[in-house]
Amino acid sequence: MSTKNWPLWEVFVRSKNGLEHRHFGSLHAADAEMALENARDVYTRRNEGVSIWVVESKNITASNPEHNGEMFEPAQDKVYRHPTFYELPDEVKYM
Amino acid sequence: MSEEQITRPNVSLGKGVENLETQFEERIARDEKIEPKDWMPEKYRQTHIRQMSQHAHSEIVGMLPEGNWITRAPSLRRKVALLAKVQDEAGHGLYLYSACETLGISRDELYEQLHSGKAKYSSIFNYPTVTWADMGAIGWLVDGAAIINQVPLCNTSFGPYARAMVRVCKEESFHQRQGYEIMIKLANGTPEQKDMAQDALNRWWWPSLMMLGPTDAESVHTEQSMKWKLKRKSNDELRQQFIDQTVPQADLIGLTIPDPDLKWNEERDSYDFGEIDWDEFWQVVKGHGPMNKERMKARVGAWEGGAWVRDAAMAHAAKNAERKEKEAV
Repeated sequence: MSTKNWPLWEVFVRSKNGLEHRHFGSLHAADAEMALENARDVYTRRNEGVSIWVVESKNITASNPEHNGEMFEPAQDKVYRHPTFYELPDEVKYM
Repeated sequence: MSEEQITRPNVSLGKGVENLETQFEERIARDEKIEPKDWMPEKYRQTHIRQMSQHAHSEIVGMLPEGNWITRAPSLRRKVALLAKVQDEAGHGLYLYSACETLGISRDELYEQLHSGKAKYSSIFNYPTVTWADMGAIGWLVDGAAIINQVPLCNTSFGPYARAMVRVCKEESFHQRQGYEIMIKLANGTPEQKDMAQDALNRWWWPSLMMLGPTDAESVHTEQSMKWKLKRKSNDELRQQFIDQTVPQADLIGLTIPDPDLKWNEERDSYDFGEIDWDEFWQVVKGHGPMNKERMKARVGAWEGGAWVRDAAMAHAAKNAERKEKEAV
């Protein structure tokens, strides 16, 4: 039996220049270099990407959906952050 | 302490969970996706771990019957295609294991369940692949049935599963086409080649029908699975769909479906078909198929035989990290 398990990595792929890296999934690998190579084989077998990021999953800090209330509530009553909040006469163009 | 004092907290706790469950079911009914860190009923978590891991195990064990023929493929064209297909299956297994791990079970536990026989995989892989035509029949029929099963899962309620399935389905259609192409070639070849294709169809037809699961009357999880969108159509509906779309494909290349009761039913706009031997199905599920032992032996052997490689990779990674640290000082 193995003495130590390969850590988990999250894989982000840029499908083409001009687009952001997007989370594609995860995989296990012994180190970053192997994670990159495995990510290429697991997630880009059909030219799905031009750039790959891998980050060890334990280094990601995630928000807790159970706290979504206090986390995202502050944005909810600030309608004045949206252009539609402001009243303009109909005659105004290009605004 | 009065009885009331003892029971009250439990009652209110029970109500709280009930409430959460109702909200949860409503979210799914509204087509909202459930993500790993969201609250979910324990049964939802367990059912998903079971189904997703079974699915992943099937992809992994599914490599064995086909891997058997890679070195003996009749041409380079067939060889690269089969190699790519088997590699895809490894990939599909890995997408699904990762998605399953988001529910809080480790890869090691998942493997352990497979290797100890606690977890099941699709019993179709417990049949042997005795001729090259079996590569054709598997791609055409087994992957064909798998696609019918999998396409509805692209819309299932658990986000990571749905996303993995979108990727799987995109890749799967090449698998079926390469299989059918093998069958076309053999069916149009020498009489011996045609016989070989027919023989493969004879052996894989019924197991492929069984692969779509027990009849609706026997299927225990259907109602719950429909609610959670793990299932969109019943097993019998899927089976009928598979038969209706596959029979004309056999006709087209001059092969005969091995079912004397198969007949077009004008009224139903579907094929009627013969009795499925469910005893055989349950025998194979219970571990008495022709290749159950062999498959597990190969799988466990690969895992144990590869242990030193995994250990060496970790040792190498540790050494590299140490060297980098020293260089930085």
